[in-house]
Amino acid sequence: MEYRLKTPISESDVRKLKIGDIVYVTGVMVTARDQAHRRALALHKEGKPLPIDLRGGVIFHCGPVVRKKDGEWEMVAAGPTTSTRMELFQAEFIEAFRPSIIVGKGGMGPRTAEAMKKFGAVYCDFTGGAAVLAAKAVERVRGVEWFELGIPEAMWILEVKDFGPLLVTIDSHGNSHHANVAKAVEENKPRVYSMLGVSK
Amino acid sequence: MVDVKRIEDLTVDLLRLAVIELPKDVKEALERAKERETSDIAKANLSAILENIRLAESMRRPVCQDTGLIVFFLDVGYGFGSVSGIPEAIAKGTKRATEEIPLRPNAVHPISRKNSGDNTGSYVPILNWSYVEGDYLEITAFPKGGGSENMTFFSMVKPGEGIAGIKRFVIDSVISSGGQPCPPTIIGVGIGGTADLALKLAKKSLLRPIGQRHSDPEIAKLEEDLLKAINMTGIGPMGLGGNVTSLDVHAEYAHCHTASLPVAVNTQCWAARRATARVYRDGRVEILSHGR
Repeated sequence: MEYRLKTPISESDVRKLKIGDIVYVTGVMVTARDQAHRRALALHKEGKPLPIDLRGGVIFHCGPVVRKKDGEWEMVAAGPTTSTRMELFQAEFIEAFRPSIIVGKGGMGPRTAEAMKKFGAVYCDFTGGAAVLAAKAVERVRGVEWFELGIPEAMWILEVKDFGPLLVTIDSHGNSHHANVAKAVEENKPRVYSMLGVSK
Repeated sequence: MVDVKRIEDLTVDLLRLAVIELPKDVKEALERAKERETSDIAKANLSAILENIRLAESMRRPVCQDTGLIVFFLDVGYGFGSVSGIPEAIAKGTKRATEEIPLRPNAVHPISRKNSGDNTGSYVPILNWSYVEGDYLEITAFPKGGGSENMTFFSMVKPGEGIAGIKRFVIDSVISSGGQPCPPTIIGVGIGGTADLALKLAKKSLLRPIGQRHSDPEIAKLEEDLLKAINMTGIGPMGLGGNVTSLDVHAEYAHCHTASLPVAVNTQCWAARRATARVYRDGRVEILSHGR
């Protein structure tokens, strides 16, 4: 199935999504990598608010190339980064801030998948390295928070139009496309070893 | 002596060329990969990659937002003369490139994680010097992405395990990497030497164009066998499943201690960026990559 969703995305809309579905997102998307996840959770622990409400929102694991043009930030290139680094934080992050969609590449682990099932969120893959394609879907940079973390690690608040195609690879029903691929790879292993003349 | 300003300008030009335009061999290998894929997901990802490559070239933007940690390979001809001032010129060029192209500032202090803001810092840009016959200086810009560099593996394999030990270590490394290094990848394998040399050879092997085999038939056979095995795993483009996990495997070797068998794996994402130029004693510059 193909879906076009607008932020904020309701839990009932997110629960409809299944692995293998294609999604295009319009609205607000917020970048967050290792450092932004860490800071957000630290603020939450202290009972302090984030600069932006993330409920029903879209988190993008991305550190963009940006430039300033006529006083406004412009996204030059903005593909996803490897999501497994955020596995350290993602489950707590989902529980604390309740985003609907996490966009990245390479998939995430069982703790994140469990949190997505519990709180109603999905993980989507965007083609890694397809940075100009991604930047083209960014209509405007609304702002940047935590700039002192450096350009890649700062929190960029983006207005996007039909950002995608996003492939749902972890849904809120306990399914993971990445886990399915990993299982298939494991099943291929004996054949691969025997081709190389390597014992099991 | 060559004017160092010329080297500074060339540094900017090579970085621009590297991050915007992939070499022809890489683009052609990705086109072939798309033809070999059968699943919709794999084909869609390769189509997005190829479309992105075209967009980057036409819009003159970096092909990937991770414009890498800045690495150079420098082959100095014995007859080239002094290289005094060249490291400083390359650092200056790197700072300018960060502003002018622009590049993403990626260099951070390893402990404080503070970003220098200009892609330079302690030991960075990384300069790999070697000496060759000739009267020129050959410079290769090799910006290396973090996601693929994180998929680096090293093992002191037991010499008694022989070639099977090497193969097992490489295939297990690729399988454990899954989709993280942005497949279809190029796998660089360094065999022998000391631990540090094996890692360096693994990285250096990534400079070789796709499809070019090692001159030693035994190493060439190892490359072919590993490539075939890797593409039987089913990891596929972006780790989402498919027939093409790697575009090529390149291996380099060095003699090693009779008690040792060091094996290193260094992974290159599909955005295999490299740009090479020669500078002659008289200041003439010739771009060797990118068919110019």
